[in-house]
Amino acid sequence: MTALLTPRNLVLAVLLIFLALLPVYAAVSGNVFLVILFTRIIILAMAATSLNLIMGYGGMVSFGHAVYIGLGGYAVGILAQEGFPSGFVQWPVALLVSAFASLIIGALCLRTRGLYFIMITLAFAQLLYYVAVGLDRYGGDDGLTIYSRSEFADLINTSSKTQFYYLCLALLLAVIGLTWRIINSRFGLVVQGSRSNDRRMRAIGFPTFRYRLTCFVIAGTICGLAGALLANHTEFVSPAMMHWTRSGDLIVMVVLGGMGSLFGPLIGAVALLVLEETLSSITEYWQIILGPLLLLVVLFARGGIDGLLAKVRA
Amino acid sequence: MLLFLEQCLNGLQLGLLLFLLAAGLTLIFGIMDLVNLAHGSFYMIGAYFAATFTALTGNFIFSAIAAFAATLLVGMVVEVIAMRRLYGRDHLDHVLGTFGLILFFNELVRLVWGPAGMNVPLPEWLNGHFPILPGIEYPTYRLAIILVTLAVALFLYILVMRTRIGMLIRAGATNREMVGALGVNINLLYTLVFGLGAALAGLAGLMQAPILTVQIGMGENILILAFVVIIIGGIGSIRGAFIAALLVGLIDTVGRSFLPDILRLLLSGRSASAIAPAISSMLIYLLMAVVLVLRPEGLFPVSNK
Repeated sequence: MTALLTPRNLVLAVLLIFLALLPVYAAVSGNVFLVILFTRIIILAMAATSLNLIMGYGGMVSFGHAVYIGLGGYAVGILAQEGFPSGFVQWPVALLVSAFASLIIGALCLRTRGLYFIMITLAFAQLLYYVAVGLDRYGGDDGLTIYSRSEFADLINTSSKTQFYYLCLALLLAVIGLTWRIINSRFGLVVQGSRSNDRRMRAIGFPTFRYRLTCFVIAGTICGLAGALLANHTEFVSPAMMHWTRSGDLIVMVVLGGMGSLFGPLIGAVALLVLEETLSSITEYWQIILGPLLLLVVLFARGGIDGLLAKVRA
Repeated sequence: MLLFLEQCLNGLQLGLLLFLLAAGLTLIFGIMDLVNLAHGSFYMIGAYFAATFTALTGNFIFSAIAAFAATLLVGMVVEVIAMRRLYGRDHLDHVLGTFGLILFFNELVRLVWGPAGMNVPLPEWLNGHFPILPGIEYPTYRLAIILVTLAVALFLYILVMRTRIGMLIRAGATNREMVGALGVNINLLYTLVFGLGAALAGLAGLMQAPILTVQIGMGENILILAFVVIIIGGIGSIRGAFIAALLVGLIDTVGRSFLPDILRLLLSGRSASAIAPAISSMLIYLLMAVVLVLRPEGLFPVSNK
């Protein structure tokens, strides 16, 4: 039996308790900024978790994953603009749009492998980025301001910072739970098998393309949800949400936290964004510290922070 | 017709510049199996060096040569300090590590040169127009870029295909361990190749310096274009990179200048001028997507599995 009280589990437990109690602390201390910062972190952690599903478990390194954040966000933004403020309309549309887009993109991209896959996903992301830039009616390059957050009747008030924070946290935990169910299911095992040796999986009779595509669509849909949340959070959508550097950020979060680890993306998102926030308050030139730090993590901490924690003996 | 010819030359010039970047990228990937996102940083550094040296000496040609040498040196130092430790690692580790390097270099440049952009003045004799055909003039400097890059491409071809170092480079791309086992100093070879790749990127940057504003982040956008080029050409193939670079340069430039007119014929004036820039930016990604869907390994796949 594996020990329950490993340093890794301890860190995770502390992190989760911290996230759960954060709004309480913020209310007591009056530091509203913390809730806003961590809502953003949680939303990006959700996007990173979805990327980890295809990248860490499926070996499909998408360099255009932020495009689904953009699609989810624009679905909310455009519907709000056109007079559909109800979240019961906006969110399902956001999910459907991202699912449909990832189905098309996945079907075309999954024919390639390795670096080619990385770059063709980037190509499609750039295509949609320029579509968003060309959306003259919805602000084009300047983006689109959302004047009211999604409305869910009396169910939940998305304009309340605390309620919205807990909504995001609950959804993130649900997504992590879903990922856990997926990777331990027969479906997830086939996807992971295809990562290790696709030819062998096909030889023993699995049509791996379908499995991988389904996995790709699930990840895209989850990321679209993150996009809908982010649009509500910032009350603004712009093409910059799906710029390739955003996709790069997501990859960095996953690799930093620990690829192919359930909580890795969450740890990575928290680490990267908190580090950015602290370093930038110390010095204007914070990236000169963050850059080499990332390089050091790559050189000396294989498997990211989570891999490092797993190695530490109690 | 005149405009078309001029745009073709502009496209040729952009394509050749992209080739300088892509050749370095594809060499580094083909031989060291390293994905170098920080390649655009050398482009930026080359441009900044050229700007500084020109401001100090006033001689553009001398500054260009000095900037080229300086970028070569920076590239070799970066290889020895950081890149060397990344060989043989997963491609994603390369992405994360070199992403860190981009942040570092951007901030370093901001620290040293300040956040404002710089401009490089051209010497008098390069600043004019040159009659390429009777009655058709083309900016002398752009013509010079085309000639220099063509010369570099030829030099690269001779270096890789006709010299001993080139033989080692090709051998290293095919089977690294075997070359090392035969007594070649593989570390030195890697440092040289990486430095060469960096210097080529620096050359592209310093030649663009008088045309564009030298600024932080100038490397990132062109880096993506260079990646598009090596993907279309087939990773590791210099010949493929050359052809793909010209293709991308021409399609991008010609598309940008003529697509708005074509769209205006099909659509109403206002919506055409609104979407034309977006669609012309899309063209090369569309090209890449189509190439990869039809030929998943690029136009000139390198077969050394």
